[in-house]
Amino acid sequence: MTVPAVRDHSKETTWVGKSIRRIEDPKFLRGKGGYIADRVLPGMLHVALVKSPYAHARITSVDVESARQVPGVVVIVTGAEAAELCDRLPDFGPDPSKHTWRVLAHEKVRYVGEGVVAVVAESRYIAEDAASLVYVDYEELPPIVDPEEALKPGSPLVHEALGSNVAYERTFVFGDVDAAFAAADVVVEDRLYWGRSGSQPIEPVGAIASYDTGSGQMTIWENSLSFTSYLFMLAGTLKIPSNRLDVHPVPAGGSFGSKLWAVKPAAIAGMLSKLTGRPVMYMEDRHDALANNDHSGSDRIFYVKLGLTRDGVLTGIKLHAIEDYGAYIQFGVGHHGNALAQVTGPYRISAVEYGLQAVLTNKNQQGAYRGFGSEVNNWMLERMVDLAARELGMDRREIRRKNFIRPEEFPYFIPTGNVYDSGDYEPVLDKALEMAGWDTWQAEKARLRTEGRYIGLGLVSCQERSVFSATEFWFWFDEPGAPVTSMPESVTLDVDALGNITATLYSCAFWGNSPETMTAQLVAEEFDVDPAMVSVVYAGTGQGLPATGPGGSRFTVMIAGAVEGASRKIKDKAFRIAGHLLEASVDDLEWNDGGIQVKGSPGIRKTLGEVAIMAHLFKHALPDDIESGLEASHVYDHPYTTMPSPDRKDLGVFYPFMGHACHVCVVEVDPETGKVDFLDYVAVHDCGTMVNPRSLEGHMIGGTAQGIGSALLEEFVYDESGNFQSGNLLNYQIPTSMDVPHVKCGHYETPSPYTPYGIKGGGEGGRMMAPGAIFSAIDDALDAFGVRMRHLPATPERIVEAIEEAQR
Amino acid sequence: MNLKITVNGTTYERDLDPRLALVDFLRDDLGLAGTHIGCEQGVCGACTVLVDGTSVLSCLMLAIQAEGSEVSTVESLASGSELHPLQEAFWEKQGLQCGFCTPGMLMRAMEILDHNPRPTADEVREAIAGNLCRCTGYQFIIESILDAADRMMDDPVEGALRQGLKVGTI
Repeated sequence: MTVPAVRDHSKETTWVGKSIRRIEDPKFLRGKGGYIADRVLPGMLHVALVKSPYAHARITSVDVESARQVPGVVVIVTGAEAAELCDRLPDFGPDPSKHTWRVLAHEKVRYVGEGVVAVVAESRYIAEDAASLVYVDYEELPPIVDPEEALKPGSPLVHEALGSNVAYERTFVFGDVDAAFAAADVVVEDRLYWGRSGSQPIEPVGAIASYDTGSGQMTIWENSLSFTSYLFMLAGTLKIPSNRLDVHPVPAGGSFGSKLWAVKPAAIAGMLSKLTGRPVMYMEDRHDALANNDHSGSDRIFYVKLGLTRDGVLTGIKLHAIEDYGAYIQFGVGHHGNALAQVTGPYRISAVEYGLQAVLTNKNQQGAYRGFGSEVNNWMLERMVDLAARELGMDRREIRRKNFIRPEEFPYFIPTGNVYDSGDYEPVLDKALEMAGWDTWQAEKARLRTEGRYIGLGLVSCQERSVFSATEFWFWFDEPGAPVTSMPESVTLDVDALGNITATLYSCAFWGNSPETMTAQLVAEEFDVDPAMVSVVYAGTGQGLPATGPGGSRFTVMIAGAVEGASRKIKDKAFRIAGHLLEASVDDLEWNDGGIQVKGSPGIRKTLGEVAIMAHLFKHALPDDIESGLEASHVYDHPYTTMPSPDRKDLGVFYPFMGHACHVCVVEVDPETGKVDFLDYVAVHDCGTMVNPRSLEGHMIGGTAQGIGSALLEEFVYDESGNFQSGNLLNYQIPTSMDVPHVKCGHYETPSPYTPYGIKGGGEGGRMMAPGAIFSAIDDALDAFGVRMRHLPATPERIVEAIEEAQR
Repeated sequence: MNLKITVNGTTYERDLDPRLALVDFLRDDLGLAGTHIGCEQGVCGACTVLVDGTSVLSCLMLAIQAEGSEVSTVESLASGSELHPLQEAFWEKQGLQCGFCTPGMLMRAMEILDHNPRPTADEVREAIAGNLCRCTGYQFIIESILDAADRMMDDPVEGALRQGLKVGTI
């Protein structure tokens, strides 16, 4: 593929850019959201899992006899039986035959909370009663907890078939790293650690499966539908023909990544429905969600060197990342693809060495969490830029300003080969500093220091990549098993006989993002209708077009392309019909205000409704080759992908629409207790053209709150024996209203030259920025002690430890 | 055990398993699925309902403990096609994203505004601290509740009731 054409965005818009009320909301406000747990099918059964109490153990025997005696129990399936009923779970990891992931643990358990036995009963109460009567004998094995220990020769193995605990390792070199470091006067280096957290939406993952034994048809409803083009893999797990699987999306009570391709609950429900011939619901409870949902966020150790000249020019970066993936590796090392998309941040860094070791340990595996690993790189890079500023005695604002890519340099190719389509970073920084009143806070910091109070200012300037392409799944390998290249999104628009429009979506339902509002605003823009009049429905995959769904902040851009394409097809047909009716050449017609008119003659026109009724009901009044109806589908493929070079020194373009943001925060730290309080918080984001500024701000603020959780509060803790310490929401602390500040939002728009209206993704940015800004502010607050925070989350205990360490 | 309970104005009599949680009774026996289950650990607040006017975590209360009580759930707020002013405010201010915490948050907000019809932003922030929201960062929820306070004061019936019954007693 070549570079896409540069678009003209000069046309005024009516609905794109308007903060309309979301069309999804009334049903949710009434408590009629129709979430998965709200759905009841006649005769539906419920599931409880027996989960592993050990981090690492061999299953020696399973006794289900007592459990079977409980009235209301229908069937009990052990891991060994599940391995017969199902093939392994879909897995995009490096070598699934050697780190095999199954519906239930078979032979060995590999983390605390892994499912071992499934109990199916008439109610969840009965299923849980019976699960407590299943007796599993284990032979404990030495737990593998510390990823750096797991790398050592002689370490026990999570997967014996793999022969080591390293699922993947490689060092990539982009640009002339030796020259970049030769040009450096100073090299700053550090070890940084980003600890494991997870998205934990208030609604866990769940699925209902209904298998029709007569037809062999498997229908599944789930709140985690995405990557619909790949669902043949789930059919493989369930040992059913791919054209007998129909998966229907159900609104989700939040995802933030945790419901991306979360097929295990669907596989459990599907397996058990096929076995019983009855509908089966499997709904994670909160402990399942915390311990066993396969979507922990990144868990990454960095050894980093950053080269710079005496006057603060960043020349090159060398990093080695050791990533603790947990017991399985379902998405491979895609988290690092996200990092490589924007590895040099907004800066003109010419060379990158990126080493990666993906390590398996006895923990729940990683999945997706808002940022998908790029947020970790943002935090690391901003930590290093702060360190460089400290080393040189430079102002943190000025070192960033000095290294920003200049507006005239876009489109800008970073050393990895990815492109930044557009941007203008200095005005974003300026706006954030002004909104925060940086200088005023600096003075306040000095004044309060005389009163013995510790105030700190923090800032970051970071990227928010959006709209991934499929190459990032396989450019890791010289000989990839499946070098796929499609990552589409689709829509069908149907104009009925009265001119009312229905849009059918094909990937997710609703995750708390606003797919219906986005689609309705885009359709409204095309056809000059009120978005509230657009009906949006979701197709099951059985009737589905190729689709991918949310993830990597792609949905709004991709659905905009799909709506644009489908609208063009409908208008092409409508123009032909109108031309016939108006006895005018199509070339002499124009679209204006919801209808088609003769150019320059607004009175000679047909509204969309007038055309539609002809199209639907008056076939023989139209030219012979016009078929009845007025609907069109469009499959929008990724608009800008280029192939990686064979030597992988250039990964090609794979994440091209580059958002940017500056966060500035002011905190007060109590050095006695380590408590951090926010005094001010400013977030200025550039997500290209905004579709609905209010909903974008909702994501910015909500993402920032999650970033605050990651930075200060949230951590999945495994003790040295691999025992899971975070099995409830008291121990795993997601922020309450008292933990987050009022966030002042600002916007800056550099439209993408390559997307409809210039839209870029904006769903993840808050969480991708906040941790770096907060760490910067904590360091600044404690500068009198010489503190540098290196370990995320910065819990009160770690802050106090850092002060003590700095004073030693 | 026998239970007599009034939910959203309708009185029910049922023979129940004594261990049945109130939230499961509301959802499974009465079909009122608007009250959500988020943690069953008494932490998240998604299952908040009003029992005799006081907010309760319905995952921690047994149905039989509500014997003789009047329970209000999110389904009681709208009347027919008309949303309650509180719901209108949440819609206008985008006080929800995924909507899963929303019913619990709305019922808690009803209680807050019942006790304090003119709260400040800080008072609202503190009062909703027992209800977790993972989407919004709470900011638009606080704006929604403040907007609802205005709307409910402006509503002639609601406003008169509140002015007379509540403000005068503070």
